[in-house]
Amino acid sequence: MKKRGTIATLLRIFPFAKSALPRIILGTFAAVGAHLMALAIPQYLRGLVDSIAKNKDIFTGDQSVIWPLLVPAVLAVLALGIIEGVMVLLRRWLVLTPGTHVEAGLRKTLYTKLQDLPVAFHDKWPSGQLLSRATGDLSLIRRWLSFGIVLLIANALTIVVGLGMLYSFHWILGTIYLVIVAPLWIIGFRFEKNYHATARRSQDQAGDLATAVEQSVHGIRVLKAFGRGAFITEKFANDALELRKTELLKAKMVAMLWWSLSVIPELALGVSLFVGVWLVQTNQLSIGSLAAFIMTTTVLRWPMDSVGFLLSMTIDAQTAVERFFEVLDEPVTITDPESATKVEKVEGRLSFEGVHFRYQDAPEGQPDLLNGVDLDLLPGESVALIGVTGSGKTTLTALATRLYEVTAGSVKLDGVDIRDLTREELRSHIAMAFEDATLFSASVRENVLLGNPTASGAELEQALAIAQAHFVYDLPEGLETKIGEEGLSLSGGQRQRLALARAVAAKPAVLVLDDPLSALDVDTEAMVEDALRTVLKTTTALIVAHRPSTVQLADKVALLQDGRITAVGKHSDLLASNEHYRFVISSLDAAGEMIEVN
Amino acid sequence: MSMQGVQDEEKIELSKEEQRSVRKRSMKLLGELVRPVRTRLFGSLGLVISAQGLRVLLPGLVAIAIDRALPAAVKGNFSPLILLVVGYLCAAAASSGLIAFFVRYAAKINQDILFALRRRLFAHTQKLSIEFHETYTSGRVISRQTNDLDSIMELLNSGGNDMIAGLLYMVFTAVAMILLDPPSFGIMVLSFIPLYFLTRWFQRQTRTNYRKTRVASARLIVHFVETMTGIRAVKAFRKEKANDEKYVDLVEDYRFVNARVIQLFGIYDPGLIMIGNITTAGVLLFGGLRVFEHQLGVGVLVAAMLYARQFYGPMEQLAMFYNSYQSANSGLEKISGVLQEQPSVVEPETPVALDEPHGKLEFDAVEFHYGNGKTVLPEFNLEIPAGQTIALVGTTGAGKSTLAKLVSRFYDPTHGAVRLDGIDLRQLSDETLRRAVVMVTQEAYLFAGSVGDNIALGKPGASQAEIEAAAKAVGAHEFITALPDGYATDVNKRGGRVSAGQRQLISFARAFLADPAVLILDEATASLDIPSERLVQHGLKTLLADRTAIIIAHRLSTISIADRVLVLEHGQIIEDDSPAKLIAGDGKFSKMHKAWRDSLV
Repeated sequence: MKKRGTIATLLRIFPFAKSALPRIILGTFAAVGAHLMALAIPQYLRGLVDSIAKNKDIFTGDQSVIWPLLVPAVLAVLALGIIEGVMVLLRRWLVLTPGTHVEAGLRKTLYTKLQDLPVAFHDKWPSGQLLSRATGDLSLIRRWLSFGIVLLIANALTIVVGLGMLYSFHWILGTIYLVIVAPLWIIGFRFEKNYHATARRSQDQAGDLATAVEQSVHGIRVLKAFGRGAFITEKFANDALELRKTELLKAKMVAMLWWSLSVIPELALGVSLFVGVWLVQTNQLSIGSLAAFIMTTTVLRWPMDSVGFLLSMTIDAQTAVERFFEVLDEPVTITDPESATKVEKVEGRLSFEGVHFRYQDAPEGQPDLLNGVDLDLLPGESVALIGVTGSGKTTLTALATRLYEVTAGSVKLDGVDIRDLTREELRSHIAMAFEDATLFSASVRENVLLGNPTASGAELEQALAIAQAHFVYDLPEGLETKIGEEGLSLSGGQRQRLALARAVAAKPAVLVLDDPLSALDVDTEAMVEDALRTVLKTTTALIVAHRPSTVQLADKVALLQDGRITAVGKHSDLLASNEHYRFVISSLDAAGEMIEVN
Repeated sequence: MSMQGVQDEEKIELSKEEQRSVRKRSMKLLGELVRPVRTRLFGSLGLVISAQGLRVLLPGLVAIAIDRALPAAVKGNFSPLILLVVGYLCAAAASSGLIAFFVRYAAKINQDILFALRRRLFAHTQKLSIEFHETYTSGRVISRQTNDLDSIMELLNSGGNDMIAGLLYMVFTAVAMILLDPPSFGIMVLSFIPLYFLTRWFQRQTRTNYRKTRVASARLIVHFVETMTGIRAVKAFRKEKANDEKYVDLVEDYRFVNARVIQLFGIYDPGLIMIGNITTAGVLLFGGLRVFEHQLGVGVLVAAMLYARQFYGPMEQLAMFYNSYQSANSGLEKISGVLQEQPSVVEPETPVALDEPHGKLEFDAVEFHYGNGKTVLPEFNLEIPAGQTIALVGTTGAGKSTLAKLVSRFYDPTHGAVRLDGIDLRQLSDETLRRAVVMVTQEAYLFAGSVGDNIALGKPGASQAEIEAAAKAVGAHEFITALPDGYATDVNKRGGRVSAGQRQLISFARAFLADPAVLILDEATASLDIPSERLVQHGLKTLLADRTAIIIAHRLSTISIADRVLVLEHGQIIEDDSPAKLIAGDGKFSKMHKAWRDSLV
């Protein structure tokens, strides 16, 4: 049943709303209270009108007769009115602040979970879709919790009580109203079923738009260089048109519902007005009761009308909750062990033993990307990893810090399976420099000391010196200059050197460098290499290399071919003995001449 | 001081003058958004007027039924009653029908406004110069286009309809009240006094608070996007905890300002209800007295009370509208700021046509410096004949990329002019320029979609055969066909992960397909390994054959195909000759070349 689905989905949010629940329940009571006050007013009028109608002789202008009749009624209406206002105040005060706490709590939970989820998850999910979940969806849930659910329950209760009151005036009037209004439930259920899919589509499309925006900004240089601004705008406009279509469909559905919800109670009122007058004429009903009946139906109007938008809000909230849990239910496949081993003093021996890896969604029949890698890096040893583009070098380096997890075999640090260490500890022993240097919008200092925030000024300077990143001192505010992801227009080479400095500053036992010098010019590269050698004397290092010059940094070379390490040895030896190695690393032919490309 | 563009965007307390200039520009934007749909807006206004007019009739009909039709019915004459009830039903059905129609009609108008704004903002951000993007950060741009737009959407979706409907309902109720019972209307007028003070208080309190929510939510988004984009580095350097702490602070900041805004409304709204209820009691007291004095019918009293109560019903909707209006207004302030930003590289009003570019480049007394910073390129002259392949060599920071960016017009020179086939680049339309000049950089960004789509970005609408030919020419065909779905492989899905080197091959294919007269390769070969580079070298030869090319590369292997080498140092050209001659000499290039040769073994 769809209805159960909606409730079951929405119920999942309650563990997060536990602390707010008492106040939300109290708030619902306050809302019901406010509505009851409004419903009570006609009851007082009924008496007043009846006594006016019954006692024709009251109309003498005698003040002593008028005041005792009028004053209590006016006071009652006044008191009920003020209590209603206070109840509304109470409801809002009760539910609004807790609602924002729940929203904030969900937002934090989502973020923490996203940071915990493995890189493989982030490969699949565009950040725009994640962003739309963290912003729009969560504020929808907040509004539903502090507004939608409260009023939906309060209004339903009010309608029930109101119907009871209608019966109290006359059973025929009550029945007429009930019979005519009953189909609203069917309409409501039908609406819920149809609206759900459309609401979900609209939220997904909004997420896609956010992704398109995100890509258009991150890829702005490429778009500019090719002059594809207009092209991408057209594409974006097409997506936006799709969203527009969905929104219009939603509006159509809501309009239809709205129409039934507003016309049916009026129909009921019209019919009961006729019957009511007939009842008065035949003395089965007092004129005061008729007036009160009409006022009561007016009070019930809003709760009836609002059911429509409260229902659509509930369904919007349901899909938002679904989207939230899509992320939260995602298993964290790379976790910390139950009882973690601690490596007291890290020597820095890194061994890959029979390591297999394939991406989860790799097509069947395709051999594993890493198909039994055996590689042993002794403490202090540096190994260059060589292989053709796409051979899995970067993937192998990511396995060492568990950014991805081996699918078979194991990676060991000082003989301990890295899965027995906490991720925190593992990553404090192994530092990485990525080829595409990611910097954060923070100062140069914070960026470089990311892996070692307590490092001294001298250590920072040393790391910058090793990476030949002296340029930072010339920045407007030196080390305190804020550099964004794109903040200051640093060149590729400058960014790479900062990323290298960051890895060095972390003072790890093992350094993993993914083609760390690719964007540097020959002179700078040579200087960095000289400086780096001193670090590598005492640090184990796995260096992905594309050039002989980078290979020179390492003590030995490992050749990655068809998912395995097919050769390990000295650069010069492999150059002489291994044809594939020559193919991968050398631009010189056997005779030592440059391979002619012209 | 008036506020220009996105400058001082995070400021909360604005001076009178700043307030004025910000309001002026957001009102101007609002006007521009509304103008294209104004006739339809009048249409929807007509719909609402009819619908609400009919709806307001209803309590009046009830009054007549009780005061006139009931006595008639008691006398046995049912025809006035039947007439009234039928009239009631018709008016109710018509009013509901009109409102339902209005909901759909208004949704269309709203979505059109929203779509126009979305598109305009997107297109404008695309037009803004790289310089803008470098300082503004992507998170902020995203926040403007998502969160701030959402606030306007909310205003349009709910607020707009409710406001018009509510306002009209109030006006009609007031009119009906005057017609029905002027003294009761007098009491209603008295209630306007507390209403005025309450509203002014609310307005004062919320103004700055909404601005705060916009700023707080933008900060939240910037941090969120940065974390997700840089997730690998976040994990590798264990930044999760620090990130969490910072995010918690940002979330709490946002929650706090948001809660404040909501609480203000939580006081305002019950206040309105209270005023409405007290007014109802007043109408009852005053009306009751007159009923006893035979001056008023019971039916009229009931109707007057219904009117008084209903008059304040829409006030709640109005307050809600004002609420979302304030929120949307802060969004509009930020968006209009971005729209006010002018690209520092502007398109000419009357562009010069260049149908068949040959690719001759001239730098005429060109000088360049960023903002007010130090000079990157001191004045220089340079001529590159059509078809020549130039290699730019020099240490990092020598100004090579800047020179390339002048040719691709990411920047304009501070002095002098860059000319293509004798025409100043500033006189060419963006479209003409981009057709003639294409730059491939080290960051080979891939967009969501298939590998084929990504190559086709070089020439939208290219056939599959053209795409494959381009991939073959640069040596990318082989690895692409090895992907699970070949050219149709989604770069974000199923085995679509491509290495940095492969990404660069794809971007080469993109450039090949674009077929420009001038091609700039800015460190475009840096991530290639040697086998790929060999492949590309063959491709490059065909790629560069009959076009002007500027190659920036640290790997001198790429440079071997150049006709001419320029060595830059501190922005000055210190050597300029054919590679062979320079190698043979004893200048800077000769030394670099030797060092590079040594690095190959």
